[in-house]
This record gives sequence, structure tokens and C-alpha cells, in this order.
Amino acid sequence: MNSSENVIEISGLTKHFKNVLAVDELEFTVLKGDVFGFLGPNGAGKSTTIRMILSLIFPTSGSIKIFGKTLLDNRKEILSNVGAIVEKPDFYGYLSALKNLQILAKISGKVVSQNRIMELLELVGLKDRAKSKVKTYSHGMKQRLGIAQALLNDPELVVLDEPTTGLDPQGMKEIRDLIIRLSKDENKTIFLSSHILSEIELVANRMLILNKGNKIVEGRVDDLLKSKVLKVTVEVDKPEEVKNILQNTQWYQCIESIQGNKFYFNLEQEDIPALNKYIVENGILVSALVPVRSLEDYFLSITAQAK
Amino acid sequence: MIVTLVKIELFKIFKKWRTYIGFIAIGILVPLLHLAMYLEGQKSLDFITRGLRDSFILVGNLLNGYWISYIILNALTIHIPFLVALVAGDLLAGEATAGTYRVLITRPVSRMQVVTSKFIAGTIYTSSLVLWLAIMSLVIGLIVFGTGELLVMSPDAIIIFEKGDILWRFILAYGFAALSMSVVCSLAILFSSLVENAIGPIVSTMAVIIIFIILSAFDVQILRDIRPYLFTNYILQWREFFYNPLNLEKIIKATLILSGHILIFFTATSIIFKRKDILS
Repeated sequence: MNSSENVIEISGLTKHFKNVLAVDELEFTVLKGDVFGFLGPNGAGKSTTIRMILSLIFPTSGSIKIFGKTLLDNRKEILSNVGAIVEKPDFYGYLSALKNLQILAKISGKVVSQNRIMELLELVGLKDRAKSKVKTYSHGMKQRLGIAQALLNDPELVVLDEPTTGLDPQGMKEIRDLIIRLSKDENKTIFLSSHILSEIELVANRMLILNKGNKIVEGRVDDLLKSKVLKVTVEVDKPEEVKNILQNTQWYQCIESIQGNKFYFNLEQEDIPALNKYIVENGILVSALVPVRSLEDYFLSITAQAK
Repeated sequence: MIVTLVKIELFKIFKKWRTYIGFIAIGILVPLLHLAMYLEGQKSLDFITRGLRDSFILVGNLLNGYWISYIILNALTIHIPFLVALVAGDLLAGEATAGTYRVLITRPVSRMQVVTSKFIAGTIYTSSLVLWLAIMSLVIGLIVFGTGELLVMSPDAIIIFEKGDILWRFILAYGFAALSMSVVCSLAILFSSLVENAIGPIVSTMAVIIIFIILSAFDVQILRDIRPYLFTNYILQWREFFYNPLNLEKIIKATLILSGHILIFFTATSIIFKRKDILS
């Protein structure tokens, strides 16, 4: 991989808050055009990492390179090409959305026209409320305004920290569609952190899972999911018999729960046909076999392993 | 960029309701004092000059705009710090409280530029408050009470300034008052850089001023020794412009000390803010 295609290069990144180790020797790379999912439970160190990438907090050690340049020495140049939402969207509540964006546009490092501001307000569905004070906005509206401010300077890299928090399902879908559009149509690199794991599954091509400040896994979303455990629902006509025939097999340990005639297994993809065959060969009718490829399950299994 | 940032800071300052509390307070208080002086001023003047009248014949308009303004400046300079701290204490901490550090610091502006712009904007606000006090007390005082000679009781003399010898003294005195209040402003910004809530810096600034003033008031040797190091000791030295002859050395020393305080507070704030992790 050509280093010019690396948008973010994190190396040995560590952050201590007094005696608390928030991020530990983190290493990862975000490539140009990636929608990079950054996953982890609360307190994993996601926001701390994002704040370090945006120079809001200072690493204890390690290096951050963005667009091939070290953040420490090229902060202004780098940030003029970065747009971001960090945690909850906060603005000057006593000013209108339009005025907030106008103010931020003036310090965005690029010339941002009034038309661009209005286009962005339209894009996030706030054009009609552009002149309302932000303190009158709902959380969802502020979140959308956050997206608009992140795109003000037409950045190459967009860092979105939990961008769908507080949005209704429709709003969440709109943000997902916007992320896909920004990536595909405008070729922007998106660094997306979220605790809504299905969100990452739907939009990200690469991802990293973080737990207790440590990287658990990093790679292509498809590859990582393919090789991992699936939750498989098997519906049978004789549940008691199934329980008996599985009792002394390797499958028994894979049962997560039984509810009526439904068995919930945690299985690897390649084990599913063998299980099906075994049950059927014992004269039991399998009426349904549903594998669910859930990033959430994957996430939970992988972080549980880390514990 | 710094000019843009200062304009933005001023815009934000003057869009906030709390900014106008000081202007409104002065706008109400000073006309009330004018009214009180209009009704009772002659009595006050007679009381002050009762000892003099036994030995001198005082003629002319001593109850004039200059005298009223001098009295008001004496009375209010000790209270203006609270109005300054009210706004200056919010300049950095207010961003933390509102969570707007995150949208500000993630822009391509340096932290030094942010601090500098806040100091400049805070100083402009402070100066405009002092200017407002000057307009309200001196300009309106002159309109209502007219001009005349200014009677000043210095610690060791009674001085009467001629009409034509007064205005420049007021201009310099108000300039010096603006400098004094800018020290308060920079102290409040320093405190503001340490916390994430504006109440703390406002209360802390006032606490420091009150403690320093109390320490300055006690005339005992140990406190007399530390007095030169308390910036509050120099805040009221605008009065030096109304002594004759001017003690230039004292005025320059006070000006340098106050300016030095601003520089120290600015430097400390810059160092703290440049190293600060923005966690709000």
C-alpha cells in the first residue's frame, strides 16, 4: 500500500489520564476512501482516540499522521482538510444555526461561500430553521447541524463520533445514506465511531474494535465477519429429542438458549450444514434454519474473548 | 486570522445578555447618582468644604460635571471589577460549559490565537465598559451640571484645578482605569482557563480582589511590605492624575506594574491552555 493512500496513520498511540490508561499503544491505518468503523463499548477509548486525532487532547506517547504529515507539526494544515463531530453536537445556543455556521466558516481555513452554507443547511434539512436560535433545536436537529458544520470546509477526511446518537430511525437512515454518498460520490474518507454496531456493518468497509484502550481486531468488515461466529436459529418439530441427540456432541456447547421449539446456536459458518445434517439424519424435521450475521454478536464475542 | 477571531469573539460577547448587565448597571446607577447630586450635591459639597470655608472664600461653580464625575469614578472603580469578571470569567470557561471548545479547537486555528483573541476581545469589552462609565458620568455630568473648577482633596493638600486644566486629566484617568480593569479581565480569563464553569472564575476573581484590598487596607508592617506586590494597590492610582504636580514616576511605575500583570496572566493562560486536554 502506497503511504500516500494512508489518510490516518496511528502508531503507538497511548494516553494516560493520571493513573488511568485510556488508550494503549494503538496502531491502525485508515486508507483513502475508507469508511472506517471504529467500534468499542463505552469507555473503550474511542472518543479519547478521536480527540487525539483532532488535537483536542494530547497523546502521552505515540504518533498521529494525517495525510502523511505529523499532526503535531502540521496541525493547521491538516485540520483545514478535516471535518468532525465529536460526541454530542454543541453550538452557541444564543446564535442561529446560520450564524453558527458563518462563524465556523470564517475559521475553517478555506473560503466558504454563503451558498455553500445554505446548501449544507438544505442537505441536513435545516434550511427552514436556519435563522432560529440553536437553543430552540432538538437534539436531532443539533446532530444534523453538527453534520453540516463538519462538511463546511469540504474536507477530505470526515471524523464522525457517534453521529446518529439521539436520532430517530428515519434520521439514522438519512445519516447512513449521507455517509455512503459522501464516500461514494464525493470520495471522502470517513472515520466513523459508533456504539450502534449495525450502523458500522451497514456503511463501513473496514473496521477496528477497541476495548479498554487496546485494539482487539482490525480489518475488512466482510473478512472479519466471514470467519466468525454466527447466531443460528434452528426451528425443529421435536425439541426434546433434539436436546437428547445433541447431549453428547460438540454441538451441545454451542447452544446459547432454547425457547420452545427454537434452538439458538453460536456457530461458525462452516459448521451449519453439518449440524443440519446431523439433526435431520436423526429423523427430526428442521422447519427453519436462520443464520444471523450480526456485527453486534461478533463484537460481543470478540470483546468477551478480550476479557 | 487573529483579526477574524477577535471579531468573532466580540460578536459572541455582545450577543450575550450578561454582557449588557454592566452597561445597564452603569446606565441606571450613574443617572441615579446624578439625580442624587442634583438634589443633594450642594449639601455634600458644603459638608466636604466646611473646614475650608472658615479660611477661604470659595466662588464659582464647584458643583459641576467634573466634580460629579470625579466622585463617581471614586465610588465605582472598586465595583467595576465584578462587571468585568462577569464577562471575562466566561470567555474560556463558557466555551467548556457549552461544549463549543470542540467546534472551535478542531478548526485550523492555534490555541495561542484563541487565547490571544479572547484577551483582546476581553480588553475591548473592559475598555468599552470604562468608556461607557466615562460617557455616563463625565459627558452627562457636564451636560447636566456644566463645567467649572475641580476641587480635589489629596492626602496632603486641597487642589483646585482650573476649568481648562481638567479634561486631559480625566481622559488619562479613564485610560488608566481601563488598564486597571484590564488586569482584572486578564485575571478572570486566567481563572477561566482552569475550569469548565464560569461561576468559579467570577467568584475567584472577586475573592482575589477583595482579599488584596483587605490586605492593602491594614496598616501593619508585614502587610505594608507585601502591598507593592498586590495589583489592587495600583488600581486606584488613576487619582494620581488629579494631584499637582503629577508624580510621573509613580504613574509610570503603576502603569508598568499593571501591564506586567496583564502580561503574566496572559502568558500563564497561554501556557495552561496550550497544554490543556479538552475533555468537555
